Amino acid sequence: MLRYLLEKEIKQFVRNSFLPKMVVMLPLMAMLIFPLIANFEIKNINLCVVDHDRSIQSQKLIQKIQSSGYFRITDVAESYQRAMLQVESNNSDMLLEIPVAFGKDIEQGTSTNVLIAANAVNGVKGGLGSSYLTAILQNFSVDIATKIQLPKAMPQGAGFSIIPRFWFNPTLNYKMFMIPALMIMVLAIVSGFLPAMNIVGEKESGTIEQMNVTPVGRFQFILAKLIPYWLVGFIALSIAVLVSRWVYGFKPQGSIVTVYLFASMFMLAFSGFGLVISNYAKTMQQAIFMILFFLLTFIFLSGFYTPINNMPQWGQVLSNFSPFKFIIQSVRLVYLKGCGFADMLPQFFALCGFAVFFNGWAVLSYRKKS
Amino acid sequence: MTSIGTDKTTQQIGKVIWAENLCKKFGAFTAVDHISFEIEKGEIFGFLGANGAGKTTAMRMLTGLSKPTSGKGVVAGFDINTQSEQIKKNIGYMSQKFALYEDLKVWENIRLYAGIYGVPKKEIAPRTDDLLHRLGFEKEKDTLVKSLPLGWKQKLAFSVAIFHEPKIVFLDEPTGGVDPAARRNFWEMIYQAADRGITVFVTTHYMDEAEYCNRVSIMVDGRIDALDTPKNLKDQFNASTMDEVFHHLARKSTRNAD
Amino acid sequence: MKQFAAFVKKEFRHILRDHWTMIILLVLPILMVILFGYGISTEVKNTRFAVLDPSRDVVTQGIVNKLATSEYFILGDYLTSESQIEQCFTHSNYGLVLVFGNRFGEQIMDPDGVQIQLIADGSDPNTASILTTYASSLISLYAKELSKEDEKALLISPQVKLLFNPSMKNSFNTVPGIMGVIIILICALMTSVSLTREKEHGTMEVLLVSPMRPFLIIFSKMIPYFCISLVNLSTILLLSHYMLGVPIVGSFGLVVLISLIYIFVSLALGLFISTVAEKQIVALLISGAGLMLPVVYLSGMMFPLESMPVALQWFANIIPAKWFIIAMRNVMIKGLGITSVLREIIILVGMGSLIVFASIKRFKIRLE
Repeated sequence: MLRYLLEKEIKQFVRNSFLPKMVVMLPLMAMLIFPLIANFEIKNINLCVVDHDRSIQSQKLIQKIQSSGYFRITDVAESYQRAMLQVESNNSDMLLEIPVAFGKDIEQGTSTNVLIAANAVNGVKGGLGSSYLTAILQNFSVDIATKIQLPKAMPQGAGFSIIPRFWFNPTLNYKMFMIPALMIMVLAIVSGFLPAMNIVGEKESGTIEQMNVTPVGRFQFILAKLIPYWLVGFIALSIAVLVSRWVYGFKPQGSIVTVYLFASMFMLAFSGFGLVISNYAKTMQQAIFMILFFLLTFIFLSGFYTPINNMPQWGQVLSNFSPFKFIIQSVRLVYLKGCGFADMLPQFFALCGFAVFFNGWAVLSYRKKS
Repeated sequence: MTSIGTDKTTQQIGKVIWAENLCKKFGAFTAVDHISFEIEKGEIFGFLGANGAGKTTAMRMLTGLSKPTSGKGVVAGFDINTQSEQIKKNIGYMSQKFALYEDLKVWENIRLYAGIYGVPKKEIAPRTDDLLHRLGFEKEKDTLVKSLPLGWKQKLAFSVAIFHEPKIVFLDEPTGGVDPAARRNFWEMIYQAADRGITVFVTTHYMDEAEYCNRVSIMVDGRIDALDTPKNLKDQFNASTMDEVFHHLARKSTRNAD
Repeated sequence: MKQFAAFVKKEFRHILRDHWTMIILLVLPILMVILFGYGISTEVKNTRFAVLDPSRDVVTQGIVNKLATSEYFILGDYLTSESQIEQCFTHSNYGLVLVFGNRFGEQIMDPDGVQIQLIADGSDPNTASILTTYASSLISLYAKELSKEDEKALLISPQVKLLFNPSMKNSFNTVPGIMGVIIILICALMTSVSLTREKEHGTMEVLLVSPMRPFLIIFSKMIPYFCISLVNLSTILLLSHYMLGVPIVGSFGLVVLISLIYIFVSLALGLFISTVAEKQIVALLISGAGLMLPVVYLSGMMFPLESMPVALQWFANIIPAKWFIIAMRNVMIKGLGITSVLREIIILVGMGSLIVFASIKRFKIRLE
């Protein structure tokens, strides 16, 4: 019996004018366009400099800032007010005010104040920008100090050279952080969202009622709905994996088999979630809203955009209720750190737990009878 | 009558459907109010009533789509309270809403339902061709169902509903929206099915169709107010058509027919 | 006018009857404020760090202490060999490993200086660079304290002002964006779907042959969504103010004015989509893929536009939400006056009028 139902689902899927295209387009779009958009990388901070001094030292400082790679000096304004206007109109992100006699003061060893003002509406950008700039100023200051004091042969003390090393992603490429998460997004849409819409669609058109008076059991009916989408999920995942490999040269450090293994467990869990939705929604519109609602919550609690460690305590606790947390973690671990199955047993069991929970709920809430 | 509910007794009695005090409540609203009736094998049983009288709810209970609040019933030898999955194997159903898959071809719809009802794989293809031949649909075998005219869709839906030779077929307002000629055509198919021994349980709005039935029940406000052959009913209410009978009874209705 | 009121009442009843959708529409803004307010937090706090320190002398202890006593870091384990470092990142929850060379303290007076390695988990690039920046400045600070006798080391003391958002709260950035998303969702998506539903069910024809003027009919369908969006707007503003502490620095009247203009643009978009789409699902797809996605991702709400490729930045210009968000941030957060948002207001009004004009044209064609 299952075979006839499967035949039907596959024919309907292939014949649909939209779905097959979507299964190809979705991972392509997600992998090609999204990494360009979902980019929190902070570079090219626009800086407006107010140089009241115009000395050799202030020029040197500006050069040092420019050569750091973080800043783009967009304007040299005459007054603080002028520079402030630049910041207000979003032409500059930060301003640096160098006081009169800056050069003279530091050459004589007198300390001097400079003002950094950053637009912190975007807190990350403002915060990072000002700490980058502060660090540059400190270095500059140390440089000058050593030059002046060298003749006195004082112990310098400030001579630690701090060498940052970034493991797993030495160039700090933000795409490598996003791509594993985007793969999961694609999987979630294909394995959870699409079958739910399909079932609600049958509800709306009344064909599900016809099915309910036949001897088709609920397991068979649901299984026939899910199997094609699982297959399609693997196709979409494979497209995503290939794109990330060919376009970004991004290969998993660990075994790709592990990725697929975790992905299949996730699909099982998330299609269960889709089923739960389809049991409660009466129309497609309702289904879309419910899925939108939960998807948003799950994603935000998953560490998709920002690490879970940065969340408030209650957020960290809640994050355990998002299946996305565990799957995104695992795929990132395999892709970036080369972890194997044995390293990620807790994540795998968590996903199993979700699979049991959602599918169990789906079976219990599915009513062939009213 | 207490022993009813087992396969043996109902078959001995020769009743294919048997209902006693069936009742369905939705909250405080009683959709079906203690109805009782019996239907014999091969009978064409008309189930009449205004909109909202409770026809569809009663039918949904008999087909296992809905659980009765109280009361007993046996369909095709199985208890509707406990054996609904068994019932489903032995009945066919055609709903008010046209429910074949529009994006499947004619033969694919037949194959799907034949497969679901367990028609042996080898028989499906020849019997499909045979059916299409009888319906004169040979050319439409590969047509998507959505591009068929409504009258054809209904004929096809009916044929699919009885493809597996069920004991009973339930038809829920099967001829809504088609012209009189197509309706007459459809009723010919119903007679053919009844001749083969399939019991037909049909709800309808059309009083001329009621005349075609062997026996007719008329529901008003969830109760069965009249149940007999069309001829007896007309005599009883001193009417010349079923239409008059119906109006006579429907006048008593307190429910808003919306 | 009486008829019009009756129509509006009918539309309200339709919407109120669908409990699920209603609940979601009212709860969604609350959820979004909470998630965006707390969920996307880039404030790095209490990150655990490990130390590989073969020498364990006064200086290394001092540096470790300096980090451990800061609010950013918590001291985890001391490692004994380099091979343990990887474990820190794969199996435990470490963000940073501090690696000192052998005989660190002895070499410190060395004119060439000594090395400290800061190994961060680069798989999350932003956190990694924030952590290393914090750690570096803490270490430099310690270095200065170490050379107390040399007060000249602090020749330049930078005074840092974080404008508009001194505590660097993420919600300051996202609240205007949430308003942008919710309004599009209610006004454009919901309106277009409900208008197309009438078309699909054929009830639109019935309404159009009634003595009511067609525009009043469409107007009556928009009013409930307009009201819901106002409710949502107030929910967002109240929540973000009292829960997240997001201020309204500029004029409240201006905030309302900009919102109303944006609501107008969104309703116009909804109307336009409904003149294009014949089926609900099509309307849903157009407004979902064509409006919601760009609004979330290309409006600068979550991801800074300036980090995107130029082509996408250009594309972002046609997204009304982009201009709305800029204007809202300028007024709400920066406290600027109307002159600073004149450009955005003109663009939004222009977009709205253009869309209304286009929909009227399409609508007339359909009627003929």
